[in-house]
Amino acid sequence: MIDLHGYGPRLAEGALVTLEVAILSLILSVVLGLLTASAKMSRSWFLHRLGTLYTTVIRGIPDLVLMLLLFFGGQMGVNVFTDWLYYQFDIDIFININEFIAGVLTIGLIFGAYMGETFRGAFMAVEYGQIEAARAYGMTNWLVFKRVRFPQMMRHALPGLSNNWMVLLKTTALVSVIGLSDMVRIASEASKATREPFTFMLIVGAVYLAIATVSEWGFARLQKRYSVGFGEAD
Amino acid sequence: MAATPLPLEVRNIKKRFGDTEVLKGLSLQARQGDVITLIGASGSGKSTFLRCMNLLEQPNEGDLLVHGEEIRFKQTKHGREPADWNQVVRMRAKLSMVFQSFNLWAHMTLLENVIEAPVHVLGKSRKEATDHARSLLDRVGLADRADYYPAQMSGGQQQRGAIARALAMDPEVMLFDEPTSALDPELVGDVLKVMRDLADEGRTMIVVTHEMAFARDVSTQVMYLHQGVVEEAGPPDDVLGNPRSERLRQFLAPKH
Repeated sequence: MIDLHGYGPRLAEGALVTLEVAILSLILSVVLGLLTASAKMSRSWFLHRLGTLYTTVIRGIPDLVLMLLLFFGGQMGVNVFTDWLYYQFDIDIFININEFIAGVLTIGLIFGAYMGETFRGAFMAVEYGQIEAARAYGMTNWLVFKRVRFPQMMRHALPGLSNNWMVLLKTTALVSVIGLSDMVRIASEASKATREPFTFMLIVGAVYLAIATVSEWGFARLQKRYSVGFGEAD
Repeated sequence: MAATPLPLEVRNIKKRFGDTEVLKGLSLQARQGDVITLIGASGSGKSTFLRCMNLLEQPNEGDLLVHGEEIRFKQTKHGREPADWNQVVRMRAKLSMVFQSFNLWAHMTLLENVIEAPVHVLGKSRKEATDHARSLLDRVGLADRADYYPAQMSGGQQQRGAIARALAMDPEVMLFDEPTSALDPELVGDVLKVMRDLADEGRTMIVVTHEMAFARDVSTQVMYLHQGVVEEAGPPDDVLGNPRSERLRQFLAPKH
């Protein structure tokens, strides 16, 4: 049996943090992605530009740089604001940016840009006649989205979505640099303390691989569900 | 007796695509039970005219009245648009459209297609909508196809299914946009037969078609369009039996 030198429970906690950061970031990035895709397909000049600016900036800057920028830069911004409150209004508060929230926000923000492009392509792949029929039968824009555009878009989005999720999952390892005790950080502490990096990194690798394998199975099921009627099911 | 409002009336519809004016002031009045066929060469504007009636295309000018209710428009920076989209949504629910390429929703079974709008747009109960849908599918000869997906059916079956979907709305007016043009010749007959039955039971229909026999036998009025203008209109015996313009005579002449 592998000797974890008592790090077992903390590694398990770290794995849970990794999973939490990943899932919350995924939710945030899907919401941001849908909004971005809508903005970029909008006929409003402002929204279109805003969406383009977002995807260009985020996709053009390394994830690590963005994360440090948001965490440390964000803290400085908050400090300037609280100082201002103190001098102007004599309100004395201290706000500390929480590593967990900063991690989720950064990763969500980064992957929102990639999701936006995935969803935009998927929405454009839906046959226009399908949407027109929904409109012709008196559906409101919201109903058209809920009943026709979204379910038909998902078939095209899922391969890209699943790919983004795999990359996102591994990007969570970056949160260890801002001090969040995720699985990678704990394993790295344990490696240094015990001088057995191979043991701990192997375990970390195995956990990531396990999550990825379960996800692939889940995405395959979703793909099947959203392919019904298109001759790709079964 | 109080005058019942016309199911559909359009007045002086004009439509431009860029600099090209494709509809140059078209009007139409559909009374209860009318079957109006729009004929003309491709590019004559007949499909665009039909699509203006349920505002899948936005006319640049002209009025539209559904069951006496006038659709309100406003000018925006994108051009003329409906002032109240809720009104448009209500209006569209009274006009159901049958498309050239069927456009059944591919991710739903035939039965789900037929109950979709009655349940989600009209707010009917699923049970009531399903019972109605089954009788409609039976009527168009597709009772045994209820659980098939559109991709599993032939074009003719899909189009008859699309007609059942249209009927499920209990529409004031049915709009047909070249319903048989995408079908193999041997499948056209079944679809036309369903449409003839609908005409016989007094449905109000506006049909864009190339099927001259259908236009001759079934319609109460034929409109011949050429380059966005109504060149001739009237009862089929006059328009098709005794065309006045040389252009219509050529259009009707056997091509082979």
